[in-house]
Amino acid sequence: MADNGVTTEEDVDSSRRKFLLTATVGVGAVGAVFAAVPFIASWKPSERARALGAPAKVDVSKLEPGQMTQVTWRKQQIFVVRRTPEMVAKLQQLGDAVLKDPESKSSEQPEYAKNEIRSRTPEILVVVGNCTHLGCLPKPRFEAGAGELGADWPGGFFCPCHGSKFDMAGRVFEGSPASVNLRVPPYAFTDERTLVIGIDDASQEGVA
Amino acid sequence: MATVVHPPGGAPAVKTGRLRAWINKRLPVEEFIANQLTGYYAPKNFNIWYFFGSLALLVLVIQLLTGIFLTMFYKPGEATAFDSVEFIMREVEWGWLIRYMHSTGASFFFIVVYLHMFRALLYGSYKAPRELLWIIGMLVYLALMAEAFFGYVLPWGNMSFWGAQVIVNLFGTIPVIGPGLVEWIRGDYGIADATLNRFFALHVVAVPLALLLLVMLHLVALRRTGSNNPDGIEIKEKLGPDGKPLDGIPFHPYYTVKDVVGVGVFLVFYAIVVFFVPEFGGLFLETPNFEPANPMSTPEHIAPVWYFTPYYAILRAVPDQRLGALLMLLSVLAFLFLPWLDRSKVKSVRYRGWMFRTALTVFAISFVALGYLGLQPAEGVYVVLARIFTVLYFAFFLLMPIYTRLDPVKPVPERVTYHAHA
Repeated sequence: MADNGVTTEEDVDSSRRKFLLTATVGVGAVGAVFAAVPFIASWKPSERARALGAPAKVDVSKLEPGQMTQVTWRKQQIFVVRRTPEMVAKLQQLGDAVLKDPESKSSEQPEYAKNEIRSRTPEILVVVGNCTHLGCLPKPRFEAGAGELGADWPGGFFCPCHGSKFDMAGRVFEGSPASVNLRVPPYAFTDERTLVIGIDDASQEGVA
Repeated sequence: MATVVHPPGGAPAVKTGRLRAWINKRLPVEEFIANQLTGYYAPKNFNIWYFFGSLALLVLVIQLLTGIFLTMFYKPGEATAFDSVEFIMREVEWGWLIRYMHSTGASFFFIVVYLHMFRALLYGSYKAPRELLWIIGMLVYLALMAEAFFGYVLPWGNMSFWGAQVIVNLFGTIPVIGPGLVEWIRGDYGIADATLNRFFALHVVAVPLALLLLVMLHLVALRRTGSNNPDGIEIKEKLGPDGKPLDGIPFHPYYTVKDVVGVGVFLVFYAIVVFFVPEFGGLFLETPNFEPANPMSTPEHIAPVWYFTPYYAILRAVPDQRLGALLMLLSVLAFLFLPWLDRSKVKSVRYRGWMFRTALTVFAISFVALGYLGLQPAEGVYVVLARIFTVLYFAFFLLMPIYTRLDPVKPVPERVTYHAHA
């Protein structure tokens, strides 16, 4: 330091200054990242939302062949359909030529639904009723050759928003904006007539 | 004692009284006015296209003012939102007017901003040295899109709900993090109360603050480079003996007075819509939104409000959803790259050749056509047309480095073309 008490350029230890500057900025940045965590995490589903997402029970004994019922599970519409044997038989005739993902390779479903019929049992189909394109509700158009969809329509679901088409197993047809099949939620049968959506096997019943 | 203030802008010295002197010593009011208005020289050859910047500022003020009053009556929340909007419409004194001013203001904001952007395309206002001015302007536009989307969800009508569903699910197409991201945005397993409340916070606090900051930066950048003009000539390059641009005139009073006329004309159109056709045939306020949100029933036909339909048409034109979402994103972001895609030596369309003129015309037609197609159902000939116009839309950007270089340009005059009124 010069005699008159004034700091001059030569007195500055610039490597020390640079180190202190970098260390301060570094520590500050790490602190900012940690401080951001609670704010970002606050956007996750709340405890209440998670509790309300508990499994949903459906009595399928009242469902006639060819009939569909809707249940709400985790704010999603779940379509439960009792398919007729003819509907199931037709599923086997549809293949690569008309379906984008006939074997559900790139679609989302539990292991037990990763098959041609996309279900545990041939009759009961359980799918999330939100189009895998952008989440609209596809409409049931189970009747084959139904009017607006043309004479070669094999029966299935039709999304009115952007025109995606799915078969009776929720598999998406070629030419649809959706790329993957309708999602299958985890589900299990606790007895002959009770379907529980949100659990993978009957022993989990009662587990939220 | 009277003092004389010499603003750095070099505007005429201002004689001030004692109070003014007292204030100006502590707060640079007059210096600010001299810098920003009386000492800011704008080209004298502005035409009708130059109204839309100040009009956008006017709409911003209208939206802030009416928005503040709407928040006094609106109640965010699944159970209360729709009812509180009906309450505003039917029971709050003049509530219908305040809400219609806000909803009409949203559409007029986009009309004005689209014309403002088209002006920049016409006269090359995005080109050097105004690249940052253009990019900041694009950020304003992006913030405005976010603001409009969040605002659209708030009335919690059925189109609000399903529109939110469709837009939020777009984030689900992002590989790996998509599904988790969607859940995080919604704060629930579906579009729900939590989603509505956070969108409300974003709409009334976060995005408006960002908008104001960006608009301020836009103006600061404009003051640095100065306005472009229909001739695309830099007026700062031709200074008079007093150091002022020969082709420039002080923004105030000359352009403030002119802008007041623009405001008058604008308000006529605005008032006609607010008072007589606030729904504008379902374009400004969509019919399904007069029904409360219903997660059990999708409207027969989902379309966003008109100002998003060009991008929506691009989204739907692509058979693959991930690619569709990506193209939609690119179609908006493409504008950011214009300053570097355009290789022409000439800014203004007046001195460009047939190639740029054709490209710009085709682009404008494509944008409007996509806007129309985005409102139509995604089927048959509409999809084919949407694909054709999507290709033309991107061709404008992708081929720009080529055609702007080959384009036979005309010589640009030394001084702006200006005809005084007789």
